[in-house]
Amino acid sequence: MSIAAALSTEAKHGPVGGSAQAPPARKARLGAYLLLAPGMVYLFVFFVLPIFALLATSLYERVPGTELGVYEPALRWQNYLASLSSYYPELLRSFGYALTATVAALLIGYPMAYVIAVRARGKPLLQGLLLVLVIAPFFTSFILRTIAWRQILADESWVVGSMKFLGILPPDGRLTATAFAVVCGLTYNFLPFMVLPIYANLERMDTRLVEAGGDLYANGPTTFLRVTLPLSMPGIVAGTLLTFIPASGDYVNSSLLGNNATTMVGQAIDRRFLVTLDYPTAASLSAILMISILALVLVYVRRSGTEELL
Amino acid sequence: MSGDGAVLHHDDAGADLVLEHVTKRFTTFTAVDDLSLAVPQGSFFALLGPSGCGKTTTLRMVAGLETPSSGSIFIDGKDVTDTKPYNRPVNTVFQSYALFPHLSVVENVAFGLRRKKVPGAREKALEFLELVELAHLAERRPAQLSGGQQQRVALARALVNNPSVLLLDEPLGALDLKLRRQMQVELKRIQLEVGLTFVHVTHDQEEAMTMADTVAVMNAGRIEQMGSPAELYELPRTAFVANFLGQSNLLAGEVVSTGDTLGVDVGGNRVHLPAVRAVSTSGNVLVGVRPEKLHILAPDAEPEPGWNVIDGAVLTDVSFTGVSTLFRAEVAGLGTLAVFEQNRTGGPLGAPGDRVRLAWDPAYTFGLDGDEDASSGAAELAEASRALA
Repeated sequence: MSIAAALSTEAKHGPVGGSAQAPPARKARLGAYLLLAPGMVYLFVFFVLPIFALLATSLYERVPGTELGVYEPALRWQNYLASLSSYYPELLRSFGYALTATVAALLIGYPMAYVIAVRARGKPLLQGLLLVLVIAPFFTSFILRTIAWRQILADESWVVGSMKFLGILPPDGRLTATAFAVVCGLTYNFLPFMVLPIYANLERMDTRLVEAGGDLYANGPTTFLRVTLPLSMPGIVAGTLLTFIPASGDYVNSSLLGNNATTMVGQAIDRRFLVTLDYPTAASLSAILMISILALVLVYVRRSGTEELL
Repeated sequence: MSGDGAVLHHDDAGADLVLEHVTKRFTTFTAVDDLSLAVPQGSFFALLGPSGCGKTTTLRMVAGLETPSSGSIFIDGKDVTDTKPYNRPVNTVFQSYALFPHLSVVENVAFGLRRKKVPGAREKALEFLELVELAHLAERRPAQLSGGQQQRVALARALVNNPSVLLLDEPLGALDLKLRRQMQVELKRIQLEVGLTFVHVTHDQEEAMTMADTVAVMNAGRIEQMGSPAELYELPRTAFVANFLGQSNLLAGEVVSTGDTLGVDVGGNRVHLPAVRAVSTSGNVLVGVRPEKLHILAPDAEPEPGWNVIDGAVLTDVSFTGVSTLFRAEVAGLGTLAVFEQNRTGGPLGAPGDRVRLAWDPAYTFGLDGDEDASSGAAELAEASRALA
């Protein structure tokens, strides 16, 4: 019985009186509560309460005739309309960049995960080495890695040089402070979150199913499309969610690698909160971002037929 | 090679599957060693052997899942040695069933038809689900089915494609004893009904004997002997076959007279052995006789005229099972012999410690090469039986 089911049964029947000889099942349930308690308390204090504080702040209104940054509780839902009308380009841009980076990470990450999980199967040393390479970037700070991309894409870098040589980039073209650089940074930074879930999924896949595909007249590509890919859908959905969600709220890549025309919604929230001290707008933007992501994820998960993930 | 292929086709007309000098070497060992065989069309052919004998590797080479290191494989007279699995007219029932978990039962069965773009794939798939009596579960997922049901889906998924050769890789290995017996009968029924060539890999000698028309006993990458179950049982040609396929008493002896009937000295007893039933007709031989062919006589009783007799046996163990009794008799210089007596007279014929004579009709004697290890195959049989338990 899952913990959730255990809890709901408990709730339905209510406490059965504090007898000394509690049945073993009840003891086990009590144990489950105790195990859950630290996490529940922690999440309540540091997640649930702040969320409500944020939602409350998003409805505050400015105290007339005071300095910037002084607000009082209210139910000013117009904050949402104002935020949306000022920042819809940033919102759309965020989702556009996040989507592009997710697709790029999937195209790069799936073959990587496939090679590590399927082709390197039975070679634990090679598998371990490749996995370490996937995780290695985490040994450096996120900010440092992103700053490094400024060097990689700088005007005098070999990347720009060879792209110009090949004619992919015009002679006066540049990559720093462009949307391309932002998407590159997002793709790079969230790639491990794409690779690892897909790897974990493919690692468990029974390769005898691939043999069965071949036995039943499906050639390599057909077997991949009809057997391997559908079976790895849960991994793909998990990987794309783990990439898309943080990428759409990210503000580091667009700050460090972008320009004024590549502002993402994370930057806008950051500026409203910390620079202009406009808490209601920042809070309402955060709420809008959260709700939009939630809606997108629900639609996506429903359409990809992997509800069991939720 | 093409010339050989044509000749071969002529010689083996009616054979769906021909293997010619097929060898498969892996880095550290040779799994299949210069194996040649022809499987007649429409037959139920069993490859029988202990684990590691190369039978599954042979099957995988026929399916195209392994490539032979040397040699050729012909299906329907065509050389398919280098043909990809998806281009071979062969389907496999995998040991683990390998059903696609993301597809319904009927879509699993229709998978091969859809790849070949056969019209009416779904209807045909349902028809074959009918054959294995699972049409009512067509929309279920494989995980919702019992092991026996999954096994039958795997069978339908392979059969529906009407392959030239159907390969079965230990298909009943995961089922419990009762279900296994039931499926043996059902498999045989289906094979007769569809008339396809079945090649069945198993380590269960009883399963092979029950179902197959022809059994090839494999050991260490080679075929030890091939023939009908009765042939293999009555006239094994190696100690391995004699021990792996049922029980045998193998007695070391020396040929002392030749002719149509050989005279063999076995621990001081002179026994007769028809020359046609002997692998070698001179020097050291192993004289073999099946336990149920032996009879227990009182020390002073006269055997039927012309029968072989071993004197000086002492019963060491008597297990009465109702229908029959299994005796163990110790003979000085020859070791322990097993005797299997039908219970025709009411009660066992002896008790431990009794001195008896053992007698049998020489027509049932077989002779093996005297240089062979008399216990070859016995350990493998014990292991195979353990795997089944």
